[in-house]
Amino acid sequence: MTDNRVLYAGVDIGASRTKVALLDLKKNLTGFSIKKSGTDFSRTAEECLIEALIMANASRDAVTRTVSTGYGRTNVTFSNDTRTEIGCHAKGAFHYFSRAMTIIDIGGQDNKVIKLDSEGRRINFKMNRKCAAGTGAFLEEMSARLDIPIEEMDGLAKQSTEMVELGSFCTVFSATEVLEKIRQGKKVPDIVKGLFFSVIKRVLEMDLITPPIVMTGGVVEHNSYLVEMIRSKTGVEALLPEHPQLTGAVGAALFAMEL
Amino acid sequence: MSEEKKPARKKFECQGLYNKVMANHFYELDEASKTGSKKIAWCTSVGPAELLRGMGFLVYFPENHGAMLGATRMATELIPYANAIGYSPDICSYLTSDIGSFMQKKTPLTTAYKIESVPKPDILVFNTNQCRDVQDWFAWYSRELKVPMVGIHTHRDIGEIRNFQVNDIAKQTESLIPALEKAAGQKFDIDRFKEAIELSRQASVLWRACLETASAIPSPWTFFDATIHMGPAVVARGTKEAVDYYEVLLKELNERVAGKVAAIDNERHRIYWDGMPIWGKLSTLSNQFAELNTCIVASTYCNSWIFDQLDPKDPFESMGRAYTELFIVRDEAFKEKYMQNCFEKYKFDGMIFHDAKTCPNNSNNRYGLPERISKGLGVPQLTINGDLNDLRCYSEEQAKTNIEAFIEQLDER
Repeated sequence: MTDNRVLYAGVDIGASRTKVALLDLKKNLTGFSIKKSGTDFSRTAEECLIEALIMANASRDAVTRTVSTGYGRTNVTFSNDTRTEIGCHAKGAFHYFSRAMTIIDIGGQDNKVIKLDSEGRRINFKMNRKCAAGTGAFLEEMSARLDIPIEEMDGLAKQSTEMVELGSFCTVFSATEVLEKIRQGKKVPDIVKGLFFSVIKRVLEMDLITPPIVMTGGVVEHNSYLVEMIRSKTGVEALLPEHPQLTGAVGAALFAMEL
Repeated sequence: MSEEKKPARKKFECQGLYNKVMANHFYELDEASKTGSKKIAWCTSVGPAELLRGMGFLVYFPENHGAMLGATRMATELIPYANAIGYSPDICSYLTSDIGSFMQKKTPLTTAYKIESVPKPDILVFNTNQCRDVQDWFAWYSRELKVPMVGIHTHRDIGEIRNFQVNDIAKQTESLIPALEKAAGQKFDIDRFKEAIELSRQASVLWRACLETASAIPSPWTFFDATIHMGPAVVARGTKEAVDYYEVLLKELNERVAGKVAAIDNERHRIYWDGMPIWGKLSTLSNQFAELNTCIVASTYCNSWIFDQLDPKDPFESMGRAYTELFIVRDEAFKEKYMQNCFEKYKFDGMIFHDAKTCPNNSNNRYGLPERISKGLGVPQLTINGDLNDLRCYSEEQAKTNIEAFIEQLDER
């Protein structure tokens, strides 16, 4: 059976999750899928594509072109081209908010601050240095240390009445600091809020922020309190795409459309 | 994805001669070390090599050995041994890898030239113009091998060059003579010294001309080529061999320029590289830039071995001037102006700053310079975190993505 529809696929293989987005000719998101990247990137990409096609009710033939991005971008066997995740987050964010902006992407293992002009061209970008402080990996490490499921952290942070501020740059030293706070009898929600604040501090020290802010990435999608914190720290309301975690994949699909 | 033919670095016809010059340098040192036929001085990279040649020493450069340890990726394995005896992982990784190498009796000279160990010094001579670490590096060997050490303490953060600075370096250089005479077992020979100064000047003029061929569009060679071919400028400074080699290299480069032979096929972008090479990743990075049709056309690193101020008519004063006018010892305002001049000459459209974890002196990104110069020139800049030798400080995937994203950014302009 041939599918006469025309779809463009974007595959974003991140350090933590693989995301696939399917766009139709009108740039509507018709299907998507998100899975743990695991150890076999090619296979995960394939599985995500199949899931996204099921959601779009489309066959494989409908996928006209594919662009892959993220750490595993070269592992996608069905990709026609690759772009960096920096380029794809910029493309995706500009698709949703067509204006000059500062994008803050908080990913599983890296953060990016990307500045775009009013035409969507990159003015500059910064990635976190080699250290994972302030990324999703930091929160994952802390959730394991505190024995709190990662999905419960956002709710706990919102319950905080008095934030416990953490001073260290380093994830390992932060863990020691957290243990010390527990010993001092500090409340868990207050510690979790401190952890979230630590993420925000690491991001905001990467570059100066020029409003408006657009936030992308899985960490923001699953932890809305971080968005609230950005607002309270910068005084600027952060904009969120339809699915922040899919922004890079959407950007990749948009690149596929232009090939 | 379709398999495309990957661009390869174009080989130089003079590569054979280069190999010979470098091999002879090490064989001569090894022979002298084993037989005692000639005295050996260890010298820091921009130390007073001409004076040492003038005293009849063979000159060995531990920083060159450090770069070899980095390029062969032996460094990362050897650094921890120096760390274990108290040399911090945060200090110069040439120093730590070289000391680690000595402790473990492992040297890249064995694989390259079947030479068992580095040559034994009769004296150690430093100039702190590169950094203070060179003094501490040589001090370790001085204690370990019970060999005398002398040196020159440079001025730093120099704006306008003043006579007192030049005179001071000249006097410090001259004052080394008694110790050198003692180690050499012979009297200082001014004519021999002047000859070395003249040869060093001639090689510098040629080396500068070689580097400046990269101002041609397309460029006939890249930063990665230059980091290799600068070998004779480092180890054979003050010798006829270096002069002869750069005459041959310059001819080949000029032929490439005349024939519009590009180092990088379809050169789309021209980049300025600031700071140290990442020795263990030279080949990987060279290939990545080639695949992105991007040529690194200028660097401060390769320019650091141009000493065309040298003048045999006034050898000490001109040495003082050459080693005081160095980029690495100058202030931020000078460095900014220097990069602007590079921009005018080499017409690059992007700047990459290497923030080398263990080399603050040669990492010029730490006081806002990239942001200032980028704004002033309207040229985008990128900082890569890494190190000259310690690959534990380098995240390859992050660097690769940053470079690729940077070229995408240049494409969008």
